[in-house]
Amino acid sequence: MRSRVKRWTRSVAPLLYILPALAVVAVFRIVPILSSFAVSFTRYDIGGLHRISGLENYARMLGDPRFWSSALNTVYFVLGVVPAGIVIPLALAMLLRGKLAGKSFYRTIYFLPVVTSAVAVSVVWTWLFNPEGGPINSVLMLFGAGPLMWLREPRGVFDMLLSPLGVHPSGMLAGPSLALVALMIVSVWKSIGYNTVLFLAGLENIPGEYYEAARMDGAGGWSSFRHVTWPLLSPTTYYVLVMSTITSFQTFALVYVMTAPPGGGPLGTTNLLVFYLYQKAFDRFDIGYASAISVFLFAILLGLTVLQRRFAGRKVVYE
Amino acid sequence: MRASPAARRIGKHAILLAGAVVMMLPFVWMIATSLEKGGLRNYVEAWSQVPFGTYFLNTLVVTLLTVAGVVVSSALAAYAFATMEFRGRGMLFLLFLSTMMVPQPVYLVPSYIILARLHWIDTFAALIIPWTTNVFSIFLLRQHFRSIPRSLYEAAVLDGCSTFGYLWRVVLPLSRSALVTVILFDVISSWNSFMWPLVVTNSESMRVLQVGLSYFNQEASSNFPLLMAASTFCTLPLLVLFVLSQKQIVSSYARSGLKD
Repeated sequence: MRSRVKRWTRSVAPLLYILPALAVVAVFRIVPILSSFAVSFTRYDIGGLHRISGLENYARMLGDPRFWSSALNTVYFVLGVVPAGIVIPLALAMLLRGKLAGKSFYRTIYFLPVVTSAVAVSVVWTWLFNPEGGPINSVLMLFGAGPLMWLREPRGVFDMLLSPLGVHPSGMLAGPSLALVALMIVSVWKSIGYNTVLFLAGLENIPGEYYEAARMDGAGGWSSFRHVTWPLLSPTTYYVLVMSTITSFQTFALVYVMTAPPGGGPLGTTNLLVFYLYQKAFDRFDIGYASAISVFLFAILLGLTVLQRRFAGRKVVYE
Repeated sequence: MRASPAARRIGKHAILLAGAVVMMLPFVWMIATSLEKGGLRNYVEAWSQVPFGTYFLNTLVVTLLTVAGVVVSSALAAYAFATMEFRGRGMLFLLFLSTMMVPQPVYLVPSYIILARLHWIDTFAALIIPWTTNVFSIFLLRQHFRSIPRSLYEAAVLDGCSTFGYLWRVVLPLSRSALVTVILFDVISSWNSFMWPLVVTNSESMRVLQVGLSYFNQEASSNFPLLMAASTFCTLPLLVLFVLSQKQIVSSYARSGLKD
């Protein structure tokens, strides 16, 4: 009798506690994740029939110029957003650290965009970037610059910057379109507060004695940053690096609201991978192909995480 | 040569204030533009041009039920993972955690197929049930539950407390701050979620606020005062929540970055 009660609490009771969470995770995470691999090897018809098509979707992907251009746009986007999302918040956190009057005031203001919905943010910035009478162009014109087309400008920014000098970079060298750069600005603006708070928490975890010791050794501001702050902050920096890479790869709402429909912005230059996936799946019902894109996306993100762990992770200093 | 402390302080504040202005300007412009040509009438007009009342109600229902589901399912699971010994506990927990590594767009398409099979497309079930648990919440609560001393459990059992009673009467009351973190996180992410509701609903009567706002943006794309008015009232509830509990929210987010 006793042992049966024991077995009940040992094995069945814990499962009952886990069951609600497990059911949701199994049906809406694990099964979909696994089947996205399976679906990527099929051709999905309107009738819902899957026909095994082997690697056909992947072959199509390799030969699809719009897939490659949206992959390139995504690379531009990530390379623009991630470094800015580390440098600016780190500088702000350095200024905010320690005792400072108005600290929580600043923190609140910097954090506001983080809790604001991406859709509302996008609607507002569409107005700010509006070429006719939008506030940003009005300000630019005060300084004798612009007006710029912003979200409607397909030209690459390097091309725009260098063409007055008579240099006309083209293709990949022309860089991301001004429209895509506008999306990067919004994305950085929205994430500054979160990353600042993470850096601030990281900075405040560094024991004061280290700075004391550095000062005794005659270290100035820059050298104590270089030899104390930067190495001891590395777990936070590493976390911010990985997280912002993953989130910026997934950007969707900004593209959808600010530059689409009909889709992908001026000449498709703001079409990012996740938006392309969405278009394929839900505008064209090309489900198999969309799944192949999502598998590709997953592989890239997994690969990047592993790479970052190997390179950045090796330099991470834990106390 | 070093700047004096007072000069450094002024310099710091100058930079931080300039930054604060840049961060705030979009909100200031949003509100200023929303009051152009017509003032508060813009709000009434935006509200009545599309059924924002319905969108609000839908969002409220979805947010409340989702968060309730998350709290219940996560607390139960976290309790089992934190306090009970059973076979496969480590494996199961690892399985949960690994799903956290996979971003939503990756499983969006097959999830849609599953919802279609269940005939849930365009229903509240599709908006709510897939999100009624959150692995990150389980992780957070488990960390917290584990920090509660085992001796409390033995004392409670001696007093005739059942396993569930211990969770209900001892563990949960001791975990108020962790629960608040979980709730705030999920309110924010549920209220702001966009891609999922865009995909799994079609009819206007099932639209949530974010989807409704994005459609309104397409329809009224040149009427900026109306659009800014709509953006203002769509963000207002969360802005109020944020101002009321900003300390808690900011420290919750800060905690999300601390992995141990």
